[in-house]
Amino acid sequence: MSLIAITEVRKRFGDNEVLKGINLDVAAGEVIAIIGKSGSGKSTLLRCINGLETIDEGTILVAGAQLAPDELHLRALRLKVGMIFQSFNLFPHLTAGRNVMLSPMVVKKVPAKEAQAEAQARLEQVGLGHKFDAYPDELSGGQQQRVAIARALAMKPLALLCDEITSALDPELVNEVLQVVGKLAAEGMTLLMVTHEMRFAREVCDRVVFMHQGRVHEIGPPEEVFGAPKTLELQQFLGIA
Amino acid sequence: MSPFTTWDIVRNLLFAAQWTVILSLVAFIGGGVVGLLMLFARTSKRVAARRLAILYIELFQGTPLLMQLFLFFFGLSLIGFNVPPWLAAGLALTLWTAAFLAEIWRGCVEAIPRGQWEASSSLAMSYFEQMRYVVLPQALRIAVPPTVGFSVQVVKATALTSIIGFVELSKASTMITNATFQPFVVYGFAALMYFALCWPLSKSSQLLERKLNVAHRNH
Repeated sequence: MSLIAITEVRKRFGDNEVLKGINLDVAAGEVIAIIGKSGSGKSTLLRCINGLETIDEGTILVAGAQLAPDELHLRALRLKVGMIFQSFNLFPHLTAGRNVMLSPMVVKKVPAKEAQAEAQARLEQVGLGHKFDAYPDELSGGQQQRVAIARALAMKPLALLCDEITSALDPELVNEVLQVVGKLAAEGMTLLMVTHEMRFAREVCDRVVFMHQGRVHEIGPPEEVFGAPKTLELQQFLGIA
Repeated sequence: MSPFTTWDIVRNLLFAAQWTVILSLVAFIGGGVVGLLMLFARTSKRVAARRLAILYIELFQGTPLLMQLFLFFFGLSLIGFNVPPWLAAGLALTLWTAAFLAEIWRGCVEAIPRGQWEASSSLAMSYFEQMRYVVLPQALRIAVPPTVGFSVQVVKATALTSIIGFVELSKASTMITNATFQPFVVYGFAALMYFALCWPLSKSSQLLERKLNVAHRNH
């Protein structure tokens, strides 16, 4: 059984249909990259999976939790999938450690001591154990993004959605974030990521999804998608047509 | 020569000024509490709550405070509640203040970037948890200067309650003038007293604005 099951999902913004019937099953432990031009619907798809966008048709199931617009369903779903954003979105009024501790304490009612130990462990996992007491504006972009990853991990999600998480970073900071993601992938975390890092996608992912005009245009293992793209659109996107 | 000394005038004005201060505090604290409730309703996901809050805010912002005072004072007694002036004044000013504070604070809440809502949403927080732990702590910082600034309006607005017979600084001034026939002296002192109450408030609002803006640090 797949961990994430996306069936016939359609999404419209007004007259503009951005998702035109998406089907995608993600197995537990699978690492999937979603690539495509901007406007192809890849970020929207990701944001639909944890309910940041509503869907107009179709179903999304994550480990048995169904996407529905009411708060109870959304909460159940969001406990299973974490999300990391292009712009980090750390809480600027809290230290790195407090950023990681907040949701376990508030949502899961984890006692402060336990949450603190967990936060310390997660920060160490992303190589920032020594930055527990630093505020977000005292950290570099790469460090902020790693804190954001630690924050998502502290909720012990079954899967992580990564929405262009290196796109806002200076080139020299991209690698430290990708390394952390690569390590997560190797440890068996289910990852669904929208990315422009083709080399990384090729090395780390089990499958690559190429989206074009609101549809899954081509899907397959990275060797196939990058090595032998079947459609003209993908060839053009990869710059080999 | 008037039988009233200047000290008589000042003494009586000061006594009445107490009520201006008390009424301002009641309006501001009561208005703060009701305003916070209205803020939650106004920014809620529930359409009905939002509509109700908008109706409330537009009603109180769109009618003169004077009419509100009249309606509370005369209106409630029409339907059988005999409201003393202090109660009508306190109620009307509280609700009026709440409507403005709710809108001021809504602006501050909406100034918090959408990413903060999205990040806290995807960490499974509920609306109240997001407000309590993520949005309001940040909104509070930008809300302080306009809120303190608005408190000046509240102090000055209490003068209107003289019209329904609540004896605060303005009403007392009129009464003392009627006895002393020295309007310029009496109202001059009254104005000075208002100024003494309001000036420190607006000054501190400016200071806070500068302090919070220049530093522009988030912690």
